[in-house]
Parts: sequence; C-alpha cells; structure tokens
Amino acid sequence: MIELHIVLVLMIIGAVVATEINDLLSSVIALGAVGFGLTLEFLLLRAPDLAITQLVVEILSVIILIRATIGTKICCDPIKTRAAYFVFAALFTGAFLAFSYRALAQLPAFGSPIMKMGAQYIQEAAAKTGAANIVSSVILDFRAYDTLGEATILFTSVIGVLAVLRLAGRNK
Amino acid sequence: MSIYILCLILFAVGLYCLLVKRNLIKKIVGLGIMEYAVNLFFILLGYRHNGQAPILDKEQAIVNMVDPLPQALILTSIVIGLGVMALMVAITVRLYEKYRTFDIGEIRRLKG
Amino acid sequence: MKEAGMSLIVKRITKITVSLIFLYGVYIVLHGHITPGGGFAGGVIIALSFIHLVLAFGKEAALKRLNETAVSAIESLGGLLFWGIALLGLLGGVFFLNILPKGRIFHLFSSGTIVLCNIAIFLKVGAGLFAIFIALAAMRMPAEKKEGKK
Repeated sequence: MIELHIVLVLMIIGAVVATEINDLLSSVIALGAVGFGLTLEFLLLRAPDLAITQLVVEILSVIILIRATIGTKICCDPIKTRAAYFVFAALFTGAFLAFSYRALAQLPAFGSPIMKMGAQYIQEAAAKTGAANIVSSVILDFRAYDTLGEATILFTSVIGVLAVLRLAGRNK
Repeated sequence: MSIYILCLILFAVGLYCLLVKRNLIKKIVGLGIMEYAVNLFFILLGYRHNGQAPILDKEQAIVNMVDPLPQALILTSIVIGLGVMALMVAITVRLYEKYRTFDIGEIRRLKG
Repeated sequence: MKEAGMSLIVKRITKITVSLIFLYGVYIVLHGHITPGGGFAGGVIIALSFIHLVLAFGKEAALKRLNETAVSAIESLGGLLFWGIALLGLLGGVFFLNILPKGRIFHLFSSGTIVLCNIAIFLKVGAGLFAIFIALAAMRMPAEKKEGKK
C-alpha cells in the first residue's frame, strides 16, 4: 500500500503549507488541497460513499472560507506570535505524539480489523433491509438514531449561523 | 503501522496550528486539518487487505469486505464538520465586522 | 449600468450546467441505496447547484427562484419527514422500524423506508447548507459598500 503513504505525505506537506503561509487566501486553498487528498485516500481505502461526500463538502467549505477572507483588507500582513507560544506548543504536540505512539501498540494491525458488528451487518443487510449499499443501510436503518442526532446538530448549526448573522445586524 | 504514525503526524500539524497561530482563520484551518486526520484514522481502522467496497453486486459473492461501520459513522461526521465550520466562519466574520481584525489578542484587548 | 453577477460567458455556461448538476444530484439521492451516494452527498450537490446560480447571477436573481422563506420551509419539511418516518416505525412496534415492503434487491423501488429517509435527509442537508450560504453572502454585501464609501 505504498500509494496510501505517498498521498498521506502530500497531505502533510499541504497541511504544513496551510499552517505556515502568511497569505490567508493561500492558506485556505492549501486546506482545500488537503481535503482533496483525503478524497483520494477514501477511494484507495474502498470507501466510495465517503469519497463522493468529502469531494462536494470540500468544495462547499472552500467557498465558505474564501467568502470569509476575500473582503478583508489585512489578508496579507502576518500576525506575530510570541516565542513562548512556540515552546509551549512544541512541548504539547511532542507529548501528544509520544503518548499516542504508546497507544498504537494496543490497536489491531493495519489491514486486519476486528469487525464484531461489521461482519453481522454485512451478513444481514441484504435480507433485513433490501438495500445493496451496506453503508446506506447502516446509517438509515440499523443506526438511524445516529442520523437523527446528526440532523439535529445540522439544524442547530444552521440556526446558530442565522442568529449570529442576523440579530447583530439589526442592532446597528 | 507506519500509516497510523503518518496520520498522527497530520493530526499534530493541525494541533500545532491551532495552538500557535493567533489569526482566527488560521485557527479554523487547524481545526479542519485535525478533523480530516480523525476521519482518516477511523477509515484506516476499518480497512482490510485486498478488501472490497461495502456495496453488494449481482455477480460478486460477499468475501473479504471492509468494515462498513466506521464508514457510516464518518459519513455523518463529515457533514457535521461542514456545519461547525460554517458556524465558526459566521462568528469570525461578525468579529471582523466589529473589530476590523482577525488577531485574537487584539480582540481581547479591545473588549475592556 | 453594470449588471449584477459575472460576465456574459459565465452566465451562458451556467444556464447549461446548472440543470445538469441538479439532475446529477437527484440521481445520486434516488440511487443512494443501490450505488454509492445517498442523501448527504446529494443534498450538498443540490445546494452547490443553487450556490452556482448565486455566484453567477448575483443574489437577487437567484433568490427570485428560491427565497429564504421557502428554504427554511423546505428544511423544516425535511426534518418533519424524517421524524414522520421514525414514528411510522412505531406502527410495527419499534422506533425507526422498516415496515414498508422491501421489494427486490438491486431495483430502484426496494429497501422500504431507506429511499424515503434519503429524500428527507436530502431536503434537510440541501436547504440547510443553502441557507447558511445565503446568510453569509447577504451579510457581506453592505459591509463592503460601507468600506467603499470611506
């Protein structure tokens, strides 16, 4: 699986560019590049549903972020960070990497998942739901409660956006 | 195992961006990178070697299929991530309207 | 007087492509139980087709076809439809039970309530994301004008 590694290294390079570049518009576009790399990874990992969704969601999120940055005047001047922040963040990130490396030993090896519930879903999906797409039958039939919660979260965020953008406008 | 480590490095880049940068748009970008890394990690956990996509076909038998459960969980998580990002962008745009800056330290100073 | 939106070339191409994108979104939603896709991806594609209209023709021309009241009504309709399907399962005894006939696998009209759930999710996601976009777009316009006057 060398192609997975190559795409993931390219994604890390894109993430570093998005972090370090000064121009905000370039940073947002680099984030879009990372998202399209993620789409390729999903295709390589045999998840076509996720690849389609990630592709269109990435386009929409790049449009929204460009919408936020494009009218602003200060898009190109960098904001200086204090040196103490660098030390603190480097220590914290290093500690995170060290602990998570210890935790990786507990996981099953790559390529041989446990699949306690997954095997059952695969066996029963065709007979119980009649849908050929097993992911679709899991999110809308076996685990529809999750999707109901997701719909609630999306509704809350839409209401939040409308409230934040409208009410303050009327007060002016 | 090495692919898990690369995925963790991607998460660490996002975490570093979130901690160090004081620009609000940069913080949103860092959170986005962290979200991508977590989504990818779930799918990596469900992959099996030479696996098939979890979609039934007329001719194929059900052999060696990848785990559909993480894919179903992440499918909803991607759309939730978009909604959360839109909410963050809305708050950021509103803060820019009021203070004319993206610098989080500047905004804190102007408050008092 | 300058027209709203982008140049003539963009407008002509948009008139051709927007209907194709819309059709593709509907295809993705309706075949969500047979092929990859489903309500989430299809909803975002439909929202993108309307955003395409907003970007090419300006806000007013696009909102003439689908105004904000209609968007919020469609989103609430999607949510109510999803709850209705969930409550329909109570007739069989369990919340979210798939009580409709399953049909034959690999055909368009199969798998009971999953098709209806896909349509409900599609209405909810599509209308919700389009509402977010027009809120952001409408919000930025007066601010830019004010900056120009200074």
